[in-house]
Amino acid sequence: MTTAEWLDIGWVDQIPVRGSRTVQVEGGDDIAVFRTAEGKVFALLDRCPHKHGRLSQGIVHGGAVACPLHNWRISLSTGEALGDDKGCTPTVPVKIDGGRVLICRAGTLKAAA
Amino acid sequence: MEHIHLTPEVDTREHLVVIGNGMAGCRAVEELLARDPARFRVTIFGAEPRVNYNRIMLSPVLAGEKSFDDIVINGTEWYAANGIALIAGDPVAAIDRAAKTVTTRSGLTESYDRLLIATGSDPFIIPVPGKDLPGVIAFRDMDDVDTMLAAADAGGDAVVIGGGLLGLEAAHGLSLRGMKVTVIHLMPTLMERQLDEAAGWLLKQALEARGQTILTGADTAEIVGDGKVEGVKLKDGTLIPASLVVMAVGIRPSTQLAREAGLAVGRGIQVDDHMVTSDPAVLAVGECVEHDGQVYGLVAPLWDMCRSLADGLVEKPSGYRGSVTSTKLKVSGIDVFSAGDFSGGDGCEDIVLRDASRGVYKRVIVRDNRIVGAVLYGDTADGSWYFDLLKKQDDVSDLRDLLIFGQAFASGGGAADPKAAVAALSDDAEICGCNGVTKGQVVSCIAKGAHSLDAVRGTCKASASCGSCTGLVENLLALTLGDDVQSGPKTMCKCTSFGHDDVRREIVAQAMRSIPEVMQKLHWTTPDGCSSCRPALNYYLLCVLPGEYVDDQQSRFVNERMHANIQKDGTYSVVPRMWGGLTSPRELRAIADVVEKYDAPMIKVTGGQRLDIFGIKKEDLPAVWADLNAAGMVSGHAYGKSLRTVKTCVGSEWCRFGTQDSTGLGVKVERMSWGSWMPHKFKIAVSGCPRNCAEATIKDFGIVCVDSGYELHVGGNGGIHVRVTDLICKVATEQEAMDYCAAFIQLYREEARYLERTAPWIERVGVDYVKARIVDDESGREALRARFLFSQSFSQDDPWAQRAEGAEAEHHAPMARFIPQGRAFLEEIGA
Ligand SMILES: Cc1cc2nc3c(=O)[nH]c(=O)nc-3n(C[C@H](O)[C@H](O)[C@H](O)COP(=O)(O)OP(=O)(O)OC[C@H]3O[C@@H](n4cnc5c(N)ncnc54)[C@H](O)[C@@H]3O)c2cc1C
Ligand code: HEM
Ligand code: SF4
Ligand code: FES
Repeated sequence: MTTAEWLDIGWVDQIPVRGSRTVQVEGGDDIAVFRTAEGKVFALLDRCPHKHGRLSQGIVHGGAVACPLHNWRISLSTGEALGDDKGCTPTVPVKIDGGRVLICRAGTLKAAA
Repeated sequence: MEHIHLTPEVDTREHLVVIGNGMAGCRAVEELLARDPARFRVTIFGAEPRVNYNRIMLSPVLAGEKSFDDIVINGTEWYAANGIALIAGDPVAAIDRAAKTVTTRSGLTESYDRLLIATGSDPFIIPVPGKDLPGVIAFRDMDDVDTMLAAADAGGDAVVIGGGLLGLEAAHGLSLRGMKVTVIHLMPTLMERQLDEAAGWLLKQALEARGQTILTGADTAEIVGDGKVEGVKLKDGTLIPASLVVMAVGIRPSTQLAREAGLAVGRGIQVDDHMVTSDPAVLAVGECVEHDGQVYGLVAPLWDMCRSLADGLVEKPSGYRGSVTSTKLKVSGIDVFSAGDFSGGDGCEDIVLRDASRGVYKRVIVRDNRIVGAVLYGDTADGSWYFDLLKKQDDVSDLRDLLIFGQAFASGGGAADPKAAVAALSDDAEICGCNGVTKGQVVSCIAKGAHSLDAVRGTCKASASCGSCTGLVENLLALTLGDDVQSGPKTMCKCTSFGHDDVRREIVAQAMRSIPEVMQKLHWTTPDGCSSCRPALNYYLLCVLPGEYVDDQQSRFVNERMHANIQKDGTYSVVPRMWGGLTSPRELRAIADVVEKYDAPMIKVTGGQRLDIFGIKKEDLPAVWADLNAAGMVSGHAYGKSLRTVKTCVGSEWCRFGTQDSTGLGVKVERMSWGSWMPHKFKIAVSGCPRNCAEATIKDFGIVCVDSGYELHVGGNGGIHVRVTDLICKVATEQEAMDYCAAFIQLYREEARYLERTAPWIERVGVDYVKARIVDDESGREALRARFLFSQSFSQDDPWAQRAEGAEAEHHAPMARFIPQGRAFLEEIGA
């Protein structure tokens, strides 16, 4: 249920396992919502810290996504670039309640601003 | 109804009433008795008409390994000896907190000084039609087991809904009892809360090998039957016959009594660190409680809770601080263990050991030198050791390199250096289990000149099969040679010690059929691979199993998943196929319309003789394709590791130099080869005479027409390193040119490494090898061609048409739209 704090964006099953879906934010960048092989869900700004690749279009493996443009690996939980690359994508708090995915309203606004 | 009523004449002690004669309720009483046997007068109410038994052992009872008597924890003599009144088979129906009484269903009222609620959980029943039919049951208590045993006696089919711990234990028991069992699980992997994908896959294989049918990703639509259950229907329409349906999809804390009595209830009955509820006279313990936001579904936390509860009641409060849990599956012969957090992520390091010959998968997750999670399959002997290290949060940096080998290995040698551990092994210690090679044999083979991993694999065969001893062999090399070790062939990626060729060979030799299977059998060191190996494995499997292997979309690069080329601004470019570079007014009109309708900022003629429409948004792709399809155009695969274009020149039809119909042949070749997935992109050209206007001699496959026939060229490339083709032969007819082309493509598909263009591939294997296979070996060529055409019979579906019709719509539509200021601030899109 959507509340003052949380936005209910849909069922967990709508996100493919090891895949991603996006949430459009009017007047801002999309938020990418990922689901890992282990069923964990993460939300990040859909923008790579390198050259703004759409992370939602990358390959998800372990707890990271490989950016489709130049293969940087971005941690899904912190948004930090892994390995030798440096950079960070804003993350948005997520929680699952009764199979629904809720993302933090304030976090979404902050990230997408 | 079984009542043991032993109230002495006058007993002035505080009266403790317990609701729930289950595991937590009775354990709490035991803990109290141990601290102060005389403190309370105790009465226990139980809904079940029997004494306190071990619920977790219901699975072995169902499986026929134990009887009910074996699993009783406290028999009637315990109640008698401790002066406990048991009112069994008569559930408490209401609590009156003001009067401090409880009343049972049969109307019996009892007053209390302290009340302990330990009502456990209720099974969750999914609200599908038919859920109330006779023959649909849960798996929670002895009555359920009796129902299952009666059904099993009659034989027939059973369906278990839910592939978690409980469901799989039920399925196992029913199948041992002779029923034909199907497990329906909503998620893609079994026990996904406890196991990662790799272990879930192994478990599924093992259960299927025992004759169970396991349907993952299956959603129940309804339970059908007339007066009693007859089957289960899935959302995809499949009907599975069943005379028994066991629902094991989850549990909910049993909180109704507490809620009606006005106690604070969230997901469970809310308690503090001493298990006291919002009413100081009422305590609660077990699965029915919520502590610090957590509810539990396993027994270990109950023991901790009961200790804190008893400490609090005898006024030596210790305080419960929550529990870390571990899980073991009780299916004999299948060992599964999991504990803690295995989702990986930041700063987490995965240590993975796979031993395919023993069917073992072990994964330990370490963060900041502490174990945070463990998943073990096949060999769970060290589960308790890892769990102990995890709970204690011990620093494991000293054990790091040997951790995965288990307690005996890691703490045994004392030496935390893997090299030293290997050095300490005796000469007859076995290094390679698959090929039975000892340390002495490996060392002598190194001494005789095998100075690289590959050389060792080639001579004494150590680490040549499953690869799990690669680390040991590498350490032996380092130990024997110091710095003289030669680095081996490039491995596929950091997830494996094998190179591409080894992986492919083993996929074929062992008839592997899925990505998790390859990762398990070849000892991948990561749980689900990386962006290098996943697309490669997906391709290799697709190539060996045409028509059978189900493409894993999440193992494809974005362009192949979206069927368009991603551009640096996140939009896509769309290139429709123009056969042999030919087009028509209708096609051009459709393209022009698309450009205007979707506001494409640019359109460009590509070097492959077709048009590239730029700047299309992800959401618009299906509509763009639908419009192009309507004009008869299909995907040009300008995005794929696949056939791109067949470039042609004008040829004999128009050109004064033309010797053959190069345009017509190009169209035929493109019709034959489009849609096939390859190790890398593949370009073809056909020129009508040696002037070669179509640049056929820098293509992967080039045909140059001459008066007497067709010259066939292979392995050309533009790009950074320009490579001119090698001429392999000349043929007389168009048909031969096509046949050789098909055979060459198939050879490349089967033997080149993923992401290896034809040019480097031919440099590697030599053009003579290609000639021998394609030109000299006629029956081999014919077989290659036949395999290519067979595989093509499955791949020439236009991916655009499928998407335009709505397939995989989730790739294109956002999940939701958020409008910060608007009134309808959140719109759910669905799909
Ligand atoms: C088949 C099976 C296998 C399991 N395997 C494992 C395992 O391997 N490992 C593990 O850790 N856990 C396992 N569990 C879970 C474990 O059994 C539970 O965590 C544990 O039993 C919870 O204890 P409890 O006392 O809270 O609830 P219970 O043991 O369910 O006790 C609650 C009791 O309260 C009674 N009750 C409810 N309402 C009323 C009422 N109004 N009046 C009177 N009585 C009432 C119920 O009838 C029940 O007897 C398994 C469970 C099942 C069903
Ligand atoms: C290594 C360097 C190269 C890279 C990375 C590369 C990449 C690409 C990409 C991404 C496209 C698709 C553009 C789009 O539709 O968005 C493309 C198309 C094309 N490239 Fe290259 N290219 C390379 C070298 C070459 C060379 C050397 C040639 C010619 C000699 C060439 C010829 C073409 C042609 C003809 C097309 C259009 C293909 C079609 O119509 O399907 N490319 N290339
Ligand atoms: S290659 Fe030969 S036939 Fe083709 S256009 Fe050029 S000159 Fe004409
Ligand atoms: S934009 Fe993501 S790696 Fe370059």
